Amino acid sequence: MKIHEFQAKQVLARHGVPIPRGRVAATPDECAAVAAELGGGLCVVKAQVHVGGRGKAGGVKLAKTPDEARQMGAQILGMDIKGLTVHKVLVEEGIAIDKEIYLGMILDRDSKRIVVMVSAEGGMDIEEVAEHSPEKIARCTINPALGLTDYQVRHLCFGAGLPKDKVKEIAVFLKALYQAITQSDATLAEINPLVITKDGTLIAADAKMDIDENALYRQKELALLQESEENDPIEEEARRRGLTYVHLDGDIGIIGNGAGLVMTSLDVVAREGGKAANFLDIGGGAKAEVVRNALEVVLLEPKVKGVVINIFGGITRCDEVAKGVIDAAGRLDIKVPVVVRLEGTSVEEGKKLLAESGLNLVPAGSMREAAAKVVELAYAGGR
Amino acid sequence: MSIFINHETRVLVQGLTGREGRFHSEQMIAYGTQVVGGVTPGKGGTTELGVPMFDTVGQARAATGADASIIFVPPAGAADAILEAIDAGMPLVICITEGVPTQDMVRVYEVLRHTETRLIGPNCPGVITPGGCKMGIMPGHIFKPGIVGMVSRSGTLTYELAKNLSDRALGQSTVVGIGGDPIIGTAFIDVMKAFENDPATEICVLAGEIGGSDEETAAAYIKTMTKPVIGFISGRTAPPGKRMGHAGAIVSGNKGTAQAKVDALEAAGVKVAATTDEVGELVEKTLREKGRLPAAAAR
Repeated sequence: MKIHEFQAKQVLARHGVPIPRGRVAATPDECAAVAAELGGGLCVVKAQVHVGGRGKAGGVKLAKTPDEARQMGAQILGMDIKGLTVHKVLVEEGIAIDKEIYLGMILDRDSKRIVVMVSAEGGMDIEEVAEHSPEKIARCTINPALGLTDYQVRHLCFGAGLPKDKVKEIAVFLKALYQAITQSDATLAEINPLVITKDGTLIAADAKMDIDENALYRQKELALLQESEENDPIEEEARRRGLTYVHLDGDIGIIGNGAGLVMTSLDVVAREGGKAANFLDIGGGAKAEVVRNALEVVLLEPKVKGVVINIFGGITRCDEVAKGVIDAAGRLDIKVPVVVRLEGTSVEEGKKLLAESGLNLVPAGSMREAAAKVVELAYAGGR
Repeated sequence: MSIFINHETRVLVQGLTGREGRFHSEQMIAYGTQVVGGVTPGKGGTTELGVPMFDTVGQARAATGADASIIFVPPAGAADAILEAIDAGMPLVICITEGVPTQDMVRVYEVLRHTETRLIGPNCPGVITPGGCKMGIMPGHIFKPGIVGMVSRSGTLTYELAKNLSDRALGQSTVVGIGGDPIIGTAFIDVMKAFENDPATEICVLAGEIGGSDEETAAAYIKTMTKPVIGFISGRTAPPGKRMGHAGAIVSGNKGTAQAKVDALEAAGVKVAATTDEVGELVEKTLREKGRLPAAAAR
């Protein structure tokens, strides 16, 4: 789960990381008010969206006066950055930058530990540094029993060629970042850049954190920050109904049980010439109501020209799935073809229910057949 | 023969009295799995499903001689349950639980890497040696005893592939679901090594998906294997940055793409199927070419 820059900074501040003074604003006037609060001098207005590359997209701007802050706010608020609309900006005091350093920690699936990365070339695109000059990034993995040790901090700071007179201070930032990532159940925590200002002080000018969704049950405060990834109303609705739904940009609705099977269904539909409108996993052991919800949510996308339901029943019973489909089809006025492929537990009962329902549901014997049928029927009236 | 489990495996169920634990314990017993005990703190001394219950894994292992444990404990207690099983010296631990916090698994793995215990999962369907032992939540009837060793990151996709094989009279030696989480106890490479050394396995199927680099790591080992391997990768059309259900199934930047995995596997001599149907076709064709197609499957 992604959280915004200003939220990540608040988490870091709680662990003792110095952050610039500032506040979130939702209107141009609020931007001007915050700028005035900060003293009316140089400030920066930053789009708060769950995506990287905000600066390059024009979502970060400097303002010399509160009036300029209002103008910049007006430009950035409502702006579209990589498909996301900006609803909030962070207005912060300006910083006189001397050096920019990168500090990052990520839960690494290969080493099965937290990996720390430090580079003297912060601020810019760290992925580019990683790709073209990996030697400029010092890294090490942290033993969870020991935590981040002092010698590792020295290895990182000296290895990355950071200013020697600042190593002790940067060590404090690294330890705080490790505290933040572990105590917040984050899977990623970055300070980029960590700025050394012209007067020699250190401050976290930007921050990023991703929180492990599996841990939200014990991160109650952070759980409140959850927003639909892209402010997508259908994803929001799906989440409200407890469904694992990812909105995609095609026009074939896809419902299945189990992530691997749904992903494969997407692939098979693509092979048959269709494009998936979504990923929707009803999970294991779904009852009729879940299936009904799933069909309703998928049909919220007006582009959908056909739906394929692909179920391999293990703990999920095919007759429950059939009941849900029939229930949904009875309540909704479904105008698009719905192809249903059932296999596994209680498959015969499920097929019988569908056949006897008198509803216009198209049965299919295999995943491939289901995909071919839905594509054929969906595009029968043209694309 | 088989890998990890067989008809002699003595199984302990951690969390037997929970809703999932009870249902699947019944199913496992019905399949013929030797469930010798259950652990639910506070229920020690009672009997459930005809099986003796214990308060701790240590007590249960000492009393029953269990040599494998399956965990149905809810996410908040799952990591602790794994640690308890490791501490009791359990040789095999299978964690079915979905939703275990990743940092809990970081701590578990730090302990695990210094022990002899094999952990499978979490967030996995389990392991089945058809006709011998089922330790998991898979529907037993779609699997048939045979010579195909199968390993996958996902549950229902495994069922799809196994049924496809079974329908062709191509049974399985053992089928392993390693799980869809970022940090899991057993990787593809570990399972491939076990299959390579298993006399009952003549051909392997590896079903991977986007995210991570476990498939690529396995590919380097597969290059050295004597047994043929058929591959399948799901998520070929998944857009980058979108998590596809499994916590681990996400393409970030250009890492973890389906194409990179297909390329790595093909470079290792793996025939990679484009569809689930093709997996069965390729297994059949490869065995026929080697003159090893079982009589029942020869048509």
